[in-house]
Amino acid sequence: MATLLLGRSRSAIQNLLKRTALLSALTHSPPPSSSAASHVGCRYRAPPSQGNRSLAVLFPFSRHESTKAQIQLQQTHLAEDDDTQVQLDEVLDFPGGKVAFTSEMRFIPESAEKRVPCYRVLNDDGVPMPYSNYVKVSKEMAVKMYSAMVTLQTMDNVFYELQRQGRISFYLTSMGEEAVNIASAAALSADDVILPQYREPGVLLWRGFTLQEFANQLMGNEADFGKGKQMPIHYGSNKHNYITISSPIATQLPQAAGVAYALKMEGGKACAVTYFGDGASSEGDFHAAMNFAAVMEAPVIFICRNNGWAISTPIEEQFRSDGVVVKGRAYGIRSIRVDGNDTLAVYSAVRTAREMAVNENRPVLIEALTYRAGHHSTSDDSTKYRSIDEIEYWKKARNPVNRFKRWLESNEWWGDEDELKLRQSVKKELLQAIQVAEKAQKPALEELFRDVYDQVPSNLEGQERQLRETIKKHIGDYPSDVPL
Amino acid sequence: MWGVLRQKVCAGGLPGMYIRPAVAAFRNYSSSAKQMMVREALNSALDEEMSADHRVFLMGEEVGEYQGAYKISKGLLEKYGPERVLDTPITEAGFTGIGVGAAYYGLRPVVEFMTFNFSMQAIDHIINSAAKSNYMSAGQISVPIVFRGPNGAAAGVGAQHSQCYAAWYGSCPGLKVLSPYSSEDARGLLKAAIRDPDPVVFLENELLYGESFPVSDEVLDSSFCLPIGKAKIEREGKDVTITAYSKMVGFALKAAEMLSKEGISAEVINLRSIRPLDRSTINASVRKTNRLVTVEEGFPQHGVGAEICTSVIEESFGYLDAPVERIAGADVPMPYAANLERMAVPQVEDIVRAAKRACYRSVPMAATA
Repeated sequence: MATLLLGRSRSAIQNLLKRTALLSALTHSPPPSSSAASHVGCRYRAPPSQGNRSLAVLFPFSRHESTKAQIQLQQTHLAEDDDTQVQLDEVLDFPGGKVAFTSEMRFIPESAEKRVPCYRVLNDDGVPMPYSNYVKVSKEMAVKMYSAMVTLQTMDNVFYELQRQGRISFYLTSMGEEAVNIASAAALSADDVILPQYREPGVLLWRGFTLQEFANQLMGNEADFGKGKQMPIHYGSNKHNYITISSPIATQLPQAAGVAYALKMEGGKACAVTYFGDGASSEGDFHAAMNFAAVMEAPVIFICRNNGWAISTPIEEQFRSDGVVVKGRAYGIRSIRVDGNDTLAVYSAVRTAREMAVNENRPVLIEALTYRAGHHSTSDDSTKYRSIDEIEYWKKARNPVNRFKRWLESNEWWGDEDELKLRQSVKKELLQAIQVAEKAQKPALEELFRDVYDQVPSNLEGQERQLRETIKKHIGDYPSDVPL
Repeated sequence: MWGVLRQKVCAGGLPGMYIRPAVAAFRNYSSSAKQMMVREALNSALDEEMSADHRVFLMGEEVGEYQGAYKISKGLLEKYGPERVLDTPITEAGFTGIGVGAAYYGLRPVVEFMTFNFSMQAIDHIINSAAKSNYMSAGQISVPIVFRGPNGAAAGVGAQHSQCYAAWYGSCPGLKVLSPYSSEDARGLLKAAIRDPDPVVFLENELLYGESFPVSDEVLDSSFCLPIGKAKIEREGKDVTITAYSKMVGFALKAAEMLSKEGISAEVINLRSIRPLDRSTINASVRKTNRLVTVEEGFPQHGVGAEICTSVIEESFGYLDAPVERIAGADVPMPYAANLERMAVPQVEDIVRAAKRACYRSVPMAATA
């Protein structure tokens, strides 16, 4: 294997040189009208030292304009072996596209020589990286994003305590993943349909779901959009295009492809966006969704929050691949790895991915590298399986909220006084929301039987009647907080 | 992928060559003979509903180019194109999830399983998502979807192709479960299922696809639709009630014919709808005949017969003149060998014997099936 690898490295470099020349010609062509698309060019600047793998990154963009799946395949199949001794005159005309023959017996290695790099804009100190290329963010937008991140952080702290006090049954924080939550939401349009996992309440927050509405759902009161039928944190809101959260892992992924297919048939300018964790990428549904989305040319963005841990399972026990990003190519899906704790990088990548999905009717995979700084949920104590030092490092040195704040401060868009004022007002609003939600009436008895079907069937009417009669006879045996 | 690509080429390359008004064709056919095959009944129902509502689309393995593993979707690809007759890769969980997602966003998918046995690979989407989303979202997300395909025992295809899922899906609130017997059922119930705002599991039977049934002009009309949750009395009688669904309705009718020769008048109820179950029709019949035999192909434990029996015990116990008889499939996975397979599913004679026991109590109770 070693000699084979050596043998092809020379031709790989030659090939790269050819390609980079070709691609630089492409990137210097006048940018398309769309603002985000003009930033695509920055990705072409992969250094030749990346070897074979950079072709994988580079090549898809040379066929950026192509929408015909068949042409893509044909090119891909030929390109696969570009860096070996290809005999172009001897080609296998195979169903779905031509494949070049080679006399070299070479197994594709199980991993690339170097891991896929991670796109980032701001370094850990909130300073833009040299030559960084990203979608510009206005002061107003930046402040709004930062405020939402702080709100999410505060909300998590307060609601987590609420559960510890036994006032709600369950909670799950998004600590450490505030940037993925807010920046991705900010990069989308309100028409885009969200199919969340469960660690993305920030998307709903960004779309205008109020703290009172969050509190209502957690308390399962009469004002809750779900009328107390779904467990805490399983938010859902039609008017915010946010599909009610589903507990089984990864079911939302093929469903997102289905929503995207419906959007495509409708002919509008919106996409479906679905979120999942590193653990979810092991589910069969993930693979089915990727394959179907590619085949159906569905405008869907798959955002993987690779946060290092699936409850107690670390990623090295989850998969042997270079994370999730590399899986995109296996399904014919364009993909990018992004620093999930870098607000500007997430924003730029999602904005650009959205342009691709909507304008070209194609799925895009984004792997955001982040860290679950909190426990999995209130049913978990993560110090039992990971070191406190690791948690503290990510909480402090790599904190996404602090990093974005430093960038805001360096622009003189944010100061200590703003910070104090924001945190105080959010906390006050939260405590008030909890009070109101807790005092509000619980869902009425009839809600138990409503919405099983579009219309209440006769057997459920019968059950309700029977229950009411029994309650009337044995009123002392039933809780008093159920409005009859 | 190749299928989809091919379809696109074909659909573009053969403009309307094979397009024919399927309904009119069936109508002509039936106006001379007044007979229709179940396969044609399902096909025409799909065709009419797709024509009436652009949100309706069909997806599954082999539904397009191949026209369905059992040719139920014949002619639909040519007529509606690959966007609405969607051949999918082979992942039940994938296309079922996609169907559910499309329904979330307002389309009305009809998802075909090559057999309901394979729906097990997608049952999470059917139960946890399709059946529960309307409730969990308090009515914000409705899931107007139909899951359809052949169900129950076929012939000589062993355990993984021969199982009845009526009791499985019938036990789950949020789903509606229909099981047609005749061409009239197939047309009327499938149209009802597609128009219904709730998720519907539609259990067909492979062995019935090729059977012909007489159909009236009313059944052939494109506005024809049957109510969900309503059973049909296929044959009136006064001595014993026999309930059945799908293929077993035919067996029950044959049994009733044999019983009539021995002076026993059997009333045969075609359930049509497993959930909601038409308890009032069943109980009214039992109150008239005072005897009940339930027939199903599925496993006995926690089965459809068990539920019917409970309903009758709860509502009409005082009317019963004999213990309820339950005929069901044997409590074993389906064997392949033809001789054993025959022993594992109910036969007409089993129904006859059970009805006689209920009427005369001439046979010992333990000898059921």
